[in-house]
Amino acid sequence: MRYLPKSPSERQEMLAAIGADNIEELFQTIPGKFRLREKLPLPGPLSEMEIIDYFKDRASETARDYTSFLGAGVYQHLRSVVTEAIVQRGEFLTSYTPYQAEISQGTLTAIFEFQTLMAQLTGQEVANASMYDGSTALTEAVLMAQRITGRDKVLVARTVHPEYRQVLATYAKNLGLEIEEINYAASGHLDRDALSPEKIAASAAVVVQSPNFFGVLEHIPALADSAHSSGALLVTTIAEAVSLGIVRPPIEADIVAMEGQSFGVAPSYGGPFVGVIATRDKFVRQMPGRLAGQTTDAAGQRGFVLTLATREQHIRREKATSNICTNEALFALVATVHLCLLGKEGLREMALQNIAKAQFALAELAKIPGVRRTFSGRFFNEFVVEFPRSVKLINSALLREKIIGPLAVGMHYPELSKRGLLCVTETMPRREIERLVAAIRRILETPV
Amino acid sequence: MNPKLTETEALPVAIRKAGRHVSQTEGLIFEKSAPGKRGMELPPLDVPAVSAETALGRDFARGAIEGFPEVSEIEVIRHFTRLSTWNYAIDLGMYPLGSCTMKYNPRVNEYVSRLDGLASAHPWQPAEVAQGCLRIIHDLQKCLLAITGMDAATLQPAAGAQGELTGLLMIRAYLQSQGNPRKKVLIPDSSHGTNPASVVIAGYEVQNIRSNARGQIDTDHLREFAAGDVAALMVTNPSTLGVFEERIAEIAEILHERGALLYMDGANMNALAGITRPGDFGVDVMHLNLHKTFSTPHGGGGPGAGPVMVKKILEPFLPAPIVVQKDDGKFALDFNRPKSVGRVRAFCGNFGVLLRALAYTLAYGPGIRQATEDAVLNANYIRRRLEDAFDLPYDLPSLHEVVFSDARQKRNGVNTMDIAKRLIDYGFHPYTTAFPLIVPGAMMIEPTESESKEECDLFIEAMHSIASEAETNPEIFKTAPHSTRVGRLDEVAAARKPVLRWKP
Repeated sequence: MRYLPKSPSERQEMLAAIGADNIEELFQTIPGKFRLREKLPLPGPLSEMEIIDYFKDRASETARDYTSFLGAGVYQHLRSVVTEAIVQRGEFLTSYTPYQAEISQGTLTAIFEFQTLMAQLTGQEVANASMYDGSTALTEAVLMAQRITGRDKVLVARTVHPEYRQVLATYAKNLGLEIEEINYAASGHLDRDALSPEKIAASAAVVVQSPNFFGVLEHIPALADSAHSSGALLVTTIAEAVSLGIVRPPIEADIVAMEGQSFGVAPSYGGPFVGVIATRDKFVRQMPGRLAGQTTDAAGQRGFVLTLATREQHIRREKATSNICTNEALFALVATVHLCLLGKEGLREMALQNIAKAQFALAELAKIPGVRRTFSGRFFNEFVVEFPRSVKLINSALLREKIIGPLAVGMHYPELSKRGLLCVTETMPRREIERLVAAIRRILETPV
Repeated sequence: MNPKLTETEALPVAIRKAGRHVSQTEGLIFEKSAPGKRGMELPPLDVPAVSAETALGRDFARGAIEGFPEVSEIEVIRHFTRLSTWNYAIDLGMYPLGSCTMKYNPRVNEYVSRLDGLASAHPWQPAEVAQGCLRIIHDLQKCLLAITGMDAATLQPAAGAQGELTGLLMIRAYLQSQGNPRKKVLIPDSSHGTNPASVVIAGYEVQNIRSNARGQIDTDHLREFAAGDVAALMVTNPSTLGVFEERIAEIAEILHERGALLYMDGANMNALAGITRPGDFGVDVMHLNLHKTFSTPHGGGGPGAGPVMVKKILEPFLPAPIVVQKDDGKFALDFNRPKSVGRVRAFCGNFGVLLRALAYTLAYGPGIRQATEDAVLNANYIRRRLEDAFDLPYDLPSLHEVVFSDARQKRNGVNTMDIAKRLIDYGFHPYTTAFPLIVPGAMMIEPTESESKEECDLFIEAMHSIASEAETNPEIFKTAPHSTRVGRLDEVAAARKPVLRWKP
C-alpha cells in the first residue's frame, strides 16, 4: 500500500526485535471474541487515479456549470491561486497545533497576523485564533456574555441567520439560558420598539446580525446604547465579512462573532470555514478559543506563543470557557493570505463592487411587474424580493436554465412566503444578472 | 542559535536526521506595508459604479481601515513562504505526538477536495443538483459505520469536542425520553480535557473516577459510582496510555444494568480500525476524529471533523438534518426529525474534511487493517527499544502509543519538557508532554503507521543519545532547543502582559 513505508521483511525484523512471532500477538489485550475474523465490507482499495475518478464523478452530479444567486451565510467571492499555493505548503498544511513554539513560529506568526486583521476589520481590540464557523462563534459569544453579566437570558433578533439561532438553541437548552426572539420591523431592521429597557435589564445581551439575514444593515450604535443603558452587552454577528471593507464596523458592540468564509474560503458545501470572536481587552479572559501572543526568547528575539491557556479545556477541564480544542487554523491562514493580497484598497474595491452589482440587480428586477423589494433598510449585497408567484415555482423553472435562483425565505419565515433572498457578489457578470432577470420575466409572463 | 553554546555542544554527532539550513529573517506583514501597493486586482466593474456614501449613507459608510496591509503579490508569497520554513510538519518527518495521530496526509485528498463542483457547491443548492455532495456524505457514513460497527451516524460536528457534546446531548435526550436525564457523567482521570468540558456544556456534572494500578478502569470503583444518577461513562479506548480496556464488555454491562450508557471517545481509533469494532463491545455512542485516524490535515490546529456514531436506540436523537438515500436511489437531507437534539453547526458540517476522509478510506478499503497493524507495530518497536533507557510506569501491552515517564532522567534534573525540547535539536517534533495526568512526567509517543523503520530507528537513536546526555551533560537541556529560529520563549511574560495584535 503506497501510504505505508515498510517492506514485508522490515515488518518481520521489527516483530523479531519486539520478540513477537506475529502481528496478532500485539493485539492480545483485545478479547478474542471482539477481534474481527473477516475483512471489513469497505469499498476499495483504490489507486490515486481511481480516487480522482470517483470524486470527478461526484463533482459532475452537482451544479458545476450553474449560475447561483445564493448567499445566506455562504458567499461566492474571488479567490487567488496565490492563497492556494501558500496553504498547500506542507509546512502549514501538515503541522500540528503550535504548542511547541520554537518549531511553530510560522503558524504562530500567521495566527498573530490573523488576530490583528480581524481586530482591525471588526473595530474590536482583540480577536481569537478562530472558532469552527459563524454559527458556533455566535453561540460561544452568547455563552461568553452569560458568563460576563451573570444573566441567564438573551434577546436574539429574528433576523439572525436561522441556522445560527438553531445552533444557539441547541447549546442554550441545558445551560439555563433562556432565549427570547425579537421580531423585525417593516424596514427589515430589528424592531427596536420590541426592546424595552426592562427586558434588556433582565438580559445578558442583545444579539443582532449585520448585514442581517435579509441583507439589511442594523444600526449598531443605537442598539449598543439601548443594551448598555440597561447593563446588557451587544453581541453582533457578521456572516458576510466582505461587507467590512466598506460598512462601518460594529465598534460599539462588546463581542463580535464573525464567519470569515468570504475571505478566500471556498463554499465547499458548507465547510470547513473559519469563525472568529473579537471583543474588548477587558473580556479577553472570558473568551473561548486559542490566542497567540507576542513575547521574546532569552536572546531578546521577538517570537510568538499560544497564551492565556488557563481559559482552555486542556488546562482547566470542566472549568474551561469552552470545550473547543481543534479550531480552523488552516482557514484562518487562508483568510490571512487572502486579505494581505487584497489589501486596504482591494478589499474596499471588492466591497464596493458588491454593492454596485447588488443594486444593479435589484433595479433590473424591480422593472418586472409585480416584483419589488420587501424591506427598505440599507443593504450590502443581499436583498429580499417579493414575487407574484411562489419562489419554489420560479426556482424550478430557473433550474432548467441552469440558474440557481433566490433562497425561499418562507422556509424559515412562514409569514414571508413568495419572498426570495438574492445575493449578488463581485463574481457575478452583468450578463448573468441580465439572464436571470430575463428568465424571471419570462417565467412570470407564462400563464400558470 | 543560542550564543552561549558552541557548535559542538549544541549538536552531538548522533544527530543524523537534522542538518542546518538557511532561515530567512522576516518581520510581520504589517511592517512591510506601504501606501498604494496591492497583491490582487479585480476585473473591472461591468455595472454602474456607486459611491459608499450614496449607497450606504453617512451612518454606514466606512473610511480606510487603519493599519491594514498594503503589499504586492511577491511580498505575500515570500512572507508566507519564509514563515512556513519556521514550522515543523509531517511532510518533514516523524511527529510522535501521543493521542494526536499525526499521520501522512495524502496529497490526492487535497486535490479532490478542490474539484470544481465540490469546492464550489453551496450548501443550500437544491438536492437535485447536490447529489454528488450528498452521496459523498452518505458513502462516508456507510464506511464509518462499517469500521465502528455502529448503527447510525451524524457527520455534522465540526471537531472531536463538538462530537463529544453531540453524543452527550443525545444521551441526555434518550434518558429524558425514558423519564429522567440523570445528573452525572463519569470520566476516568486519564481522559482528554475536552471530555469534562463537553460534559458541562451538556448540562451534566463531572464525576472523576480513578484508574487502577494497571491504568485500567477500576470496575469495583465503577460499580460503586455508577449509581442511579449517572447518565454515562465516557471512556477513551484504547486509553490515553495506549492500552485496551480489557474489561470493556463488563464495563458496558455494569452501566447498562443501571440504565446508563457507554460513550467511547474514538480519538485512539487508529489502534482499532479493521481489528475490532466498538459496536461489538458494548459502546452506545462514540465519536471519531477525522483529522486523526482518517488522515485529514491538522493545518496548524484545524479544521477537524467529529462524526458521531450511535446504536439504534439513539438514532431518533441525531442532529438534523441527516443524509438519507430514498427508494429511488436519490439522496436527500432529512430535516423531519422531531426527536432530534437540534443542530450543532450550520449546514452539513465540515464537508471538505469529510470528503478527504472518504478519499483516505477508499485508498485503503479493507486494507485499513494493515495501517492499524503498522501503527501498533511501530509503537511496540519503539517501546521495546527504549525500555532500557526510560521508565515505563504502566507495563501493560501497548497498542498504538506508549507512555514513558521522565523518572530516571529527573534524578539528574532533566524532565519530560527538557527532553522534548532537546528532541527538537535532533530533528524531531517532541512527543506529547505531561499527559495523561495519571503519569507524572509523561512522555507519550505515538509514531503512527506513516513512519518507516528507518525513521523509527533515527528516533530511537536520538532518544538514546538524549538519555546519555541526561547523565553526562544535563546542563545542555536547560537551553534547548539550540537549532531553531528562536530559543525557548518567555511564556510567563506573554501571559502576564498579553500582546495579542500588532499595532502601528
